[in-house]
Amino acid sequence: MAWIIRGRAWRLGDNISTDHIISGKYKFAKINKLEDMLPYVFEEVIPGFYKKVQPGDVIVAGRGFGYGSSREHAPRLLKLAGVGAVIAKSFHRIFYRNAINIGLPVIVAERIPDVTQQGDTITIDMEGGVVRNETRGVEDRFQPPPPVLLEILRAGGIVEYIKRNNRLPW
Amino acid sequence: MTEKLFEAKTGRRPAAGEIVVVPLDLVYAHDGTFGLAVEVMRQTPLLDRVFDPEKVALFIDHAAPAPTVAAALVHQAMRRFAREKGVKLYDVGNGISHQVVADEALVRPGYFVVGADSHTVTGGAFAAFATGVGSTDAALAIATGKLWFRVPEQVKLILDGAPPHHVMGKDIVLSIIGMVGSDGMIYKAVEYQGSGLRYVSMDSRMTISNMAVEMGAKVGLFPSDEIAREWFRVNHGLEVPRLEPDPGAEYSDELTVEMPSLEPVVAAPPNVDNVKPVTEVEGVEVDQVFIGSCTNGRYEDYVAAARILKGRRVAEGTRCVAIPASRRVYRKLLRNGIIDILVEAGCFVAYGTCGPCIGAHLGLLGQGEVAVSTTNRNFTGRMGHKESKVYLASPATAAAAAVTGKITDPRPLLRGDQPLMVVDPSYSYTP
Repeated sequence: MAWIIRGRAWRLGDNISTDHIISGKYKFAKINKLEDMLPYVFEEVIPGFYKKVQPGDVIVAGRGFGYGSSREHAPRLLKLAGVGAVIAKSFHRIFYRNAINIGLPVIVAERIPDVTQQGDTITIDMEGGVVRNETRGVEDRFQPPPPVLLEILRAGGIVEYIKRNNRLPW
Repeated sequence: MTEKLFEAKTGRRPAAGEIVVVPLDLVYAHDGTFGLAVEVMRQTPLLDRVFDPEKVALFIDHAAPAPTVAAALVHQAMRRFAREKGVKLYDVGNGISHQVVADEALVRPGYFVVGADSHTVTGGAFAAFATGVGSTDAALAIATGKLWFRVPEQVKLILDGAPPHHVMGKDIVLSIIGMVGSDGMIYKAVEYQGSGLRYVSMDSRMTISNMAVEMGAKVGLFPSDEIAREWFRVNHGLEVPRLEPDPGAEYSDELTVEMPSLEPVVAAPPNVDNVKPVTEVEGVEVDQVFIGSCTNGRYEDYVAAARILKGRRVAEGTRCVAIPASRRVYRKLLRNGIIDILVEAGCFVAYGTCGPCIGAHLGLLGQGEVAVSTTNRNFTGRMGHKESKVYLASPATAAAAAVTGKITDPRPLLRGDQPLMVVDPSYSYTP
């Protein structure tokens, strides 16, 4: 069965860091209670994001998404807030890995961020490697993740993959 | 050199872009990231194990000693885990993970090292493939002793010639980040080479490798050359192998830094690649100076600060916080009388924690406050109030700001013209 993700676009700029997503200092104020950190997600970039975001929304960003810390709280909080996928021109590697591990689809696409505006409808064909901005009528191709990473994403994360298959991916 | 590191572990040279699973020599985590890792391990039966307790290390360093009850609870959970699984825990009083693994020779040439912290890349100074991962990856690595990697492309970064005596590793790496941008090296293995290597001390190599992640790199590698090998002999009584790139190695890109033209620089807020010569921002009033962190918390860093602070006082209205990265560094500074110089000048001194770097404790900034800091990130709100600003700089530039209370070119305040980068590992500063 094809895996299609569809959502409303949140247009963000370049170099969105893990600190932008959630400031490091909250990790020490309210450790490990992820839900308590939700109100602070993107507080410097989009105040009140956690109230404005709708389940299934797709972040469409520029270069260097996920710059900074290895803190897994960043992708986890995006997923918890309801973000369905992140499309960017490039990702920093730790964020990319973490997103896959916790089941947040991450897509590298050059053209879509250039044509997308806030609120556009985006569809992503995860296996076919196609992303469309339905509102602007623009299509872009991307390199789908290797099969095992796709399976991990589809399961909802590597822990879910391991539990479902009762084995490790390697 | 990256291809050689992969070949030694997997028996063949993979192509850049390939996904390979590699056995690990060391996995470590700290009190900022291990909480999530433990959760992952506990809730997944297949992961509730440690592959080899000798190759795993845990550190209490980010909020150490515990400044909040929440932190104290995480520390307790870490101690419980360490006891249960027979894993070594470096508790309060030891120091910052990336420094302690150097102090204890846990990272060595040829090793594959992952840490649940983005600055694990510091280990690249020792010709190890050292890279950061998140908590879930750390849990996988601790349980299985392996992790998947996408093999990075190699980039040759040539340090050419001798730098001026007042230039430190921090100035070199900030200059590079200013050149290539914070996403300039995404997914690459940056390999430092060139005639300038002989002027770069191990302390400064650690600084340069430490900030590889700030340009997006997967690793920042130095060769295991005579300087590195001598460092292992003097500090650990160990012989480590030579490890250098092959003469015919292929690189996806090549950059050259002309060392003689370098000068003290800062990274102005709110971006690490917003790099300017210090002379361009002189005069900005400074509320707090922080000299420490995994980026610049080493012996050479405090010698540089002492050469400026000796016989002078921290400016009225400015705080100076100095936190050497580990017990080992702190003890050497105590023996050499450097702590006395810092305290006499008016610095608050602690040791062995990240502290204000990530806004954990020991000196957060208030509204509108400006800091000059030897740390690695200056995003809005990182060190405290969302209306505070952080300028990143070398320890010499930071010490100069402490003395004048404003951002200041350190050159006129620096006595003598011995290089600030101390290559000889046996060197001891005499005040």
